[in-house]
Amino acid sequence: MIANVRYRSWTILPGFGLALGITLTYLGLIVLVPLSGLLMHAGDAGPAKIWAELSSPRTLAAFRLSLGMAFLAAVCNALLGFVLAWVLVRYRFAGRRLMDAMIDLPFALPTAVAGISLAQLYSTNGWLGSVLAQVGITVAFTPLGVLIALIFVGLPFVVRTVQPVLEELDPEIEEAALLLGAARWDIIRRVVMPPLRPAVMTGATLAFARAIGEYGSVIFIAGNMPGYSEIVPLLIVIKLEQYDYLGAAVIASGMLIASFILLLAINLLQARMRRWQGG
Amino acid sequence: MARANASSVAPALALSESRGVRATLIAVALVFFIFFLLLPLIVVFAEALRQGFHAYWSGLGDPETLAAIRLTLLTAILVVPINTVFGVAAAWAITKFTFVGKNLLITLIDVPISVSPVIGGMVFVLLFGLPGVFGPWLAAHDIKIIFAVPGVIIATLFVTLPFVARELIPLMQKQGTDQEEAAIMLGANGLQTFVRITLPNIRWGLLYGVLLCNGRAIGEFGAVAVVSGHIMGLTNTMPLHVEVLYNDFNFVAAFAVASLLVMMAFATLVLKTVLESRAALKSPSLP
Repeated sequence: MIANVRYRSWTILPGFGLALGITLTYLGLIVLVPLSGLLMHAGDAGPAKIWAELSSPRTLAAFRLSLGMAFLAAVCNALLGFVLAWVLVRYRFAGRRLMDAMIDLPFALPTAVAGISLAQLYSTNGWLGSVLAQVGITVAFTPLGVLIALIFVGLPFVVRTVQPVLEELDPEIEEAALLLGAARWDIIRRVVMPPLRPAVMTGATLAFARAIGEYGSVIFIAGNMPGYSEIVPLLIVIKLEQYDYLGAAVIASGMLIASFILLLAINLLQARMRRWQGG
Repeated sequence: MARANASSVAPALALSESRGVRATLIAVALVFFIFFLLLPLIVVFAEALRQGFHAYWSGLGDPETLAAIRLTLLTAILVVPINTVFGVAAAWAITKFTFVGKNLLITLIDVPISVSPVIGGMVFVLLFGLPGVFGPWLAAHDIKIIFAVPGVIIATLFVTLPFVARELIPLMQKQGTDQEEAAIMLGANGLQTFVRITLPNIRWGLLYGVLLCNGRAIGEFGAVAVVSGHIMGLTNTMPLHVEVLYNDFNFVAAFAVASLLVMMAFATLVLKTVLESRAALKSPSLP
């Protein structure tokens, strides 16, 4: 009877039970049980508490700031990341290899270091902050500071998704378009861009998702004024420090669900866009 | 002209943009690169050395700083091997066998990367914190996890769990199962097959994953900040110590400790570039 129910196809390789056993046990203990504990905790709060928590002006302002700045940062990263990838793949100039290697710095640099370093640079007496202050722009302790930090952490995503696609792009297609009399701009727009668009979107989506949850690089430059420059992850930390575990769990679940819905929506959009292009 | 010695990847001049467009794009990229990547690095060293080498060294030699360095190293030494074993086991199960729910499993392994690090810490506070699920029991038995070293280690385990697995899975998927099957049919046992066939095939990818896992374990901030309680000399890792020093306006010491983390990040980037060329990894992976 058991032999008839095949959950996996037959192979002579050993170790399936052991490997899958380790994987499921460890993943369950470290990730799945703790995360479902979070959702259950939030569920325990009851509808009244959930509503009160999520509809409070402070929570709403934090969500508006986190989602809004994460979106803006993703858009900036899409544009700048595309330019960086283009320049790195298509042009040769002094410092190109150094630039290429350093693009991953925001991944490798601990977020707290990025945080204090950006805060120092953009503070009103910092190297960049003092210059910007003269033209009336304040970055530190404003939502603009949040944006700067999020652009920094999301920078590598678009570059690293676009770069390989751009490298694989066959120059012969562009040559053909040129020989058929297309102008350079038309070639870019109608020949080069279409295959790159999904890569840009994917990179921007990843940057967006990362930016929603980002904590370390933001809190130093943001100033963290409730209702003005306080991000959702920080609000969760504050609730935990006040031993308001229910409130923290509700807001964290809200953040999980919000980012999940947004990612789903973006993936659907992307699929639809690909269908249009295919048709 | 510079164009003449461009590699074959760069298209011929006729296919490129005009000089002006090219120069503008390179300028935009360079300005962005300098302002967003170079200056933040330079400012760390400038601030750390603002009062000279002596202040820098005394900032690093502080006993609480040394305790933070010790805890960070302890965390990495414990966390990286555990998540490496997990990564190899997960990749073996996922790439060498076909079973129901495989794609779901791959998605679940990536969960710690897609949730906020703060959530990675708070789930353990909800479980083991004093008002948490196991809180009263732990308190009755005098076991401290939250605001203690075990919490720091568990939170780091959570955050760095996917790094080795997600490097190995695509690599081993591409390599298939033929070589291992041949070894087994020729009479090798499972361990021999893994050590002599699989391990040499995946070694660069494995090292790459270990490197990224280690970098994150040392640098993790959000998850650890939630569980550690910031107790100086006891539960502060290096990134948390940087935060405490910075918030105390002890900028020289904060940036001195930060400069060590920058050097770690640099070493990671250099090794990463070396491994990428060794392993011929086409696209660097994204965290």
